[in-house]
Amino acid sequence: MTFEYSPAPESTAIVDISAQYGLFINGKFVDAKGSKTFNTINPATEKVLSKIAHAQASDVDKAVAAARTAYTKVWSKMAPQERGKYLFRIARIMQERAREFAVLETMDNGKPIRETRDIDIPLAAAHFFYHAGWADKLKYAGAGDNPRPHGVVGQIIPWNFPLLMLAWKIAPALATGNTVVLKPAETTPLTALLFAEVCQQAGLPAGVVNIVTGDGATGSALVNHPDIDKIAFTGSTGVGKGIARAIAGTGKSATLELGGKGANIVFDDSPIDQTVEGIVSGIFFNQGHVCCAGSRLLVQENVHEELIEKLKRRISQIRVGDPLDKNTDLGAINSAAQLARIKEISSSGDTEGAQRWSPECTLPEKGFWYPPTIFTGVTQANRIAQEEIFGPVLSVLTFRTPQEAIDKANNTPYGLSAGVWTEKGSRILWAAKQLKAGVIWANTFNKFDPASPFGGYKESGWGREGGRHGLAAYLKGGEK
Amino acid sequence: MRIDIRKTYKLYIGGAFPRSESGRTYEVKDAKSNFIANPAQASRKDLRDAVTAARGALGGWSSATAFNRSQILYRIAEMMEARSDEFVEEIALLEGVSRVAAKKQVNQAIDTWVWYCGWCDKISTVAGSTNPISGPFYNFTVPESLGVVGIFPAQKSALLGLVQAIAPVIAGGNTAVVVASQKFPLCAVTLSEALATSDLPGGVVNILTGITSELAPWMGAHMDVDAIDATGLSKELDKEVRVSGADNLKRIHKFSSSDTPQRMLAFMEYKTVWHPIGI
Repeated sequence: MTFEYSPAPESTAIVDISAQYGLFINGKFVDAKGSKTFNTINPATEKVLSKIAHAQASDVDKAVAAARTAYTKVWSKMAPQERGKYLFRIARIMQERAREFAVLETMDNGKPIRETRDIDIPLAAAHFFYHAGWADKLKYAGAGDNPRPHGVVGQIIPWNFPLLMLAWKIAPALATGNTVVLKPAETTPLTALLFAEVCQQAGLPAGVVNIVTGDGATGSALVNHPDIDKIAFTGSTGVGKGIARAIAGTGKSATLELGGKGANIVFDDSPIDQTVEGIVSGIFFNQGHVCCAGSRLLVQENVHEELIEKLKRRISQIRVGDPLDKNTDLGAINSAAQLARIKEISSSGDTEGAQRWSPECTLPEKGFWYPPTIFTGVTQANRIAQEEIFGPVLSVLTFRTPQEAIDKANNTPYGLSAGVWTEKGSRILWAAKQLKAGVIWANTFNKFDPASPFGGYKESGWGREGGRHGLAAYLKGGEK
Repeated sequence: MRIDIRKTYKLYIGGAFPRSESGRTYEVKDAKSNFIANPAQASRKDLRDAVTAARGALGGWSSATAFNRSQILYRIAEMMEARSDEFVEEIALLEGVSRVAAKKQVNQAIDTWVWYCGWCDKISTVAGSTNPISGPFYNFTVPESLGVVGIFPAQKSALLGLVQAIAPVIAGGNTAVVVASQKFPLCAVTLSEALATSDLPGGVVNILTGITSELAPWMGAHMDVDAIDATGLSKELDKEVRVSGADNLKRIHKFSSSDTPQRMLAFMEYKTVWHPIGI
């Protein structure tokens, strides 16, 4: 049975996108050197949204200089409680302008309005609110007797949760007394630029937050800048390793939040309908553009058939289409390049002998789309079981004993997240202990909170973000 | 006059005392440049064997109860106390310091074990947390062992720097491959003899003697080493291991202070677990 829904599009009247945006340096919007620009498009329609300044190395220089001056003259001298008040202000303004942010994020990123409205934006504001309260309590944060900021922090964020990742980076950096130069992802700069306006409205001292838009070369100029004290990066493991090499011997410290290939383990006593919901949110949340996605489903053999049947029935209900429609579950793939990557890795699933299944669904003609997809009969050696696809593609493997589940789950260089589904409490705690991953979701998946540390084991990165433990990454004396 | 029996200074790998498989040794001299000993000059193969031993011992050591680990660390202090004179002798000879100064270093090293012994079953309490989630979830964070840690202790300290590097690593449930100070390696070998009689499972600590500049790049590039304490590495070697260590994102730290819980936590990972709350 299918339900026909009338279109329920969120209005875009609330956003006011300029034809062109400059860089945000020292509290003002300025042109990039040589007035270089690039376009940002709506991935659901391929329409150009705006022209964005393309920061060159000399622009990065200016931004770092502004951040340094703000650090030395203003931010490091300010009483911690006052610093915190600015963060509270920012949180409040983000809440006030939440719908505007949500619509803009959906237009620039392609993710459903339901997610930006209910998850990305409220969580981003909550992140500022949470960290604001830490600013004057750092000596209780467990980061040593004498916690001190690093100075100027260079931050590079991905396109999958543009504003939320900005919040994860900027809120703790500012709360701990650092100033920042942040580079948003090339395909999703708009909410970061709107955030710059929030900084202006909050009266944040000039230079404390600087935003430079651009591509990998801009990011590289930031990483290699001699006056940057610390790098915080979220993105691919490949780029993360490059950053680790680039800063070797420079004394710069780094937090790296990298890729994953999260195992979602289903034991035969799991509550099956609840589990199916968890599997769906584990892999199809945000089109699977999630570093901690539950992209490897490990199912105990005796419930495999029943689970897959229920899972297929549930996936058939997923609504793919206009991200601005309030009923949409799965939006657009963020870019043509990402779509090509999803197609390429997924096609290896076909050639390596796994069985592909997708529900009947009509994809819009314009824009970048990929249907929800599951592969069964996947083996550990398959590329789709090893490589991060970063799309709505689930690889299903089976196991017989609990130990086999753990061994398969840990058989990856990544270690970001894992899920465990069982009604047995002792088994949850046993599995949680065995799994080599920084975040374990038991009978739930893909949950985030400012108070909860997030970050990976092994090649999923260095350090944590969020909670008391995330503060240590921005404090000297508590390096980790 | 009786001719004394000299000790053969060997490697410590997987609980055994092999010579280097390469058959190599190098000459160690005292502060006045007199010959003292020919310790083993570990090879790449020895380092790989040591990593294999450390990886093999990791499961048992990291899952031992914190109380159990704590008792074993205390036992190490007991065994060192008994060998105190030997350590004093070696430090005085190598560093060229007085016996009083050497004794002070030995005492401090023994007390360092006692300090970290006490941390084994307290670090989770102090560094872990329960986190107030905005929703119906129970959420907690605990520090866990990281894995196999390569250790380059301070070069200029015959014993204390060594213990200050090893103790926090194994107190946190990791296993270690140690490259002893190149110039002052003898205490490291004597320490391994104390470790071997301390109920410390074989392979938890493996100690190599040899040429630091030769061993460091192999450690940096080894894909089964999870982290490195680079305290004893020169600037150049430090950079080199950080570049090659990036291949598996090794956690690489250099320390200027000791005896802080941060030194333990640098080689631990935080794990956060979520569970819904409901009827």
